[in-house]
Amino acid sequence: MGIIIDEMEGKLRPPTIGLKPYEAKVIPLTTGEDMLVREVTYDELPLLMETIEPLMKQPKDFYDIVASRIYAELLGMYRYRVQDEYCFVGSVDGEIAGIVNGRFVNEKVGMSYHTMTLKRGARVGAQLFAAKMEYHFDFMNQEEVWIVAESPNGFKRWMIEYELESRPHCPHELGGVPTFVLTRALWEKHKANKNVGIRPAFEEVIEANKVLHKPAKISV
Amino acid sequence: MRNVGIVGVGHTKFGKSELPFIDMVCAAALEAMDDAGAKTGNKNVINQVFVGTMGAGMVSRISGIASAVVDTLNIRPAMAETIENGPASGASAIKLGYMAIASGMCDCVLVIGAEGMRAVSGWEGTDFVATMLHPESEYKYGLTLPAFAGLFTRLCMDQYGLESKDLSIVSVKNHANACKNPCAHIQAPVVLERITNKAYINATNPIVADPLRQYDMCPVSDGAAAVLLVAEDKKADLGFGDKKFVKIAGIGSATDTHVVANREVPSDLLAVRISAEMAYKMAGVGPDDIDVAELHDAFQILEIAESEEVGFFKRGEGHIAARNGETALTGKKPINTSGGLKAKGHPLGATGVSQVVELVRQLRGEAGERQIEGAKTGLAVNFGGFGNNVVSTVLTTK
Repeated sequence: MGIIIDEMEGKLRPPTIGLKPYEAKVIPLTTGEDMLVREVTYDELPLLMETIEPLMKQPKDFYDIVASRIYAELLGMYRYRVQDEYCFVGSVDGEIAGIVNGRFVNEKVGMSYHTMTLKRGARVGAQLFAAKMEYHFDFMNQEEVWIVAESPNGFKRWMIEYELESRPHCPHELGGVPTFVLTRALWEKHKANKNVGIRPAFEEVIEANKVLHKPAKISV
Repeated sequence: MRNVGIVGVGHTKFGKSELPFIDMVCAAALEAMDDAGAKTGNKNVINQVFVGTMGAGMVSRISGIASAVVDTLNIRPAMAETIENGPASGASAIKLGYMAIASGMCDCVLVIGAEGMRAVSGWEGTDFVATMLHPESEYKYGLTLPAFAGLFTRLCMDQYGLESKDLSIVSVKNHANACKNPCAHIQAPVVLERITNKAYINATNPIVADPLRQYDMCPVSDGAAAVLLVAEDKKADLGFGDKKFVKIAGIGSATDTHVVANREVPSDLLAVRISAEMAYKMAGVGPDDIDVAELHDAFQILEIAESEEVGFFKRGEGHIAARNGETALTGKKPINTSGGLKAKGHPLGATGVSQVVELVRQLRGEAGERQIEGAKTGLAVNFGGFGNNVVSTVLTTK
């Protein structure tokens, strides 16, 4: 019986194109703190879901819809039901400052899911978004990433600041809303000003962020 | 003229207000009334209410706010007027309150400054602020206040050797002060190296209007502030006998050309200079007598330029004083102890009143961690347009 279940589970789990590891980096924040951006481990996913769950009821700046969708996306990743999804976390002394995620449609095309900032006012979201675009283009050598935005803040940060190409009929999985595309040419144009970080990440910063914890208070 | 002073102050937390606009305005007013011990209903002694706001009608879609406030506060039949003078609306409202009492027409005036700027998008807010520019010579060509501030900064850089880092120094100082002000919009410290390091400056502190970067200008905020003015000779009769009286010792206001390009020396802020001189003369003081100042730093360059125009420093040396820490809390001429517009926030119509509230708290010795020891005399400069209408106010407890 166990073998049959394993076989079924194997058929239910999505295939993979083979994701490369993302090398952690340190991002200097305006507050003087050092934020580590790194991949989330499988075992950390429940903590992230627990962290954002209260925001599913917070309508301000569209946190409710973004939190609900990230929750579902992380759950899908945790239960092995999304193909080639990844999630990065930005943290300061282990405290979760922001979360970004996305997935790979195929070898050439990426799909940005969400960017959520829990520590506002220090450009955490802008830095994390750039980090995931760096992953698509500079680590996975993709040609383009499909992007949508739920909030006006997201629209300003991504669509306008990166001069994204409008492709309203492109079928982004978040559905319905117009899709915009970051092409490799646009990435090369903007990355010098948008994508920062220090590598290799400082040992003490890596150590300080080995164990993640929820912010004591989330003020959005 | 009668002596006029302040016996009560109120101030909402600047930022994104969770309150409807009228409630926010009244929250500041009630705090000021409570601070003074003013009563409502048939015990009301307030003769007049002035509300300074630039866009209550345009942005918050509420006209005649002063009339609404009087009714909401239950202080009818007090006279009520809404005052609009661009970003200097707050200080203009105080000036009119002063005039009403000094002339003998009123004994007690409630002045409120308020703005609800977060009700609209950032673009709409920027456009709304730009409506004070000349409609034919400036606005229709897409000029905005950040654009003017960028041009002005470039001039100052060329003439006085000011550097981008000098703006950041002012910004860091004001953020540090705001961390000590519970009413401030942004209560987060900023580290100079993090917003000036060339390795990542474009990511941590991006260009907004060249050469100005994000940390060289104020955020967009909602907020309200209020002061209760009384005639010194009626203070006891009105029931404020035991309240500290902070005297409005001098007020000056001046105008300049509407079209900035028409100014003889575009890097001068003539209206700041003239209004400050008027306020000093009326108060019988000079720049050396000022213990603490709130200057209108909607852009960090303005704090530097105004600190020169009001006589604190020689022309072209304001940035050097900032570099040397002279304008910090521990410096010899503390500026923007509240966090300034940069970090406390700049809800346009509220700003002029907010500056005066900060001075009152300093002069009463109630400014907490940001208190300037022994402060007796303060100066506020509220800057309208791009310097075409400025109101300066000197307060004192001497």
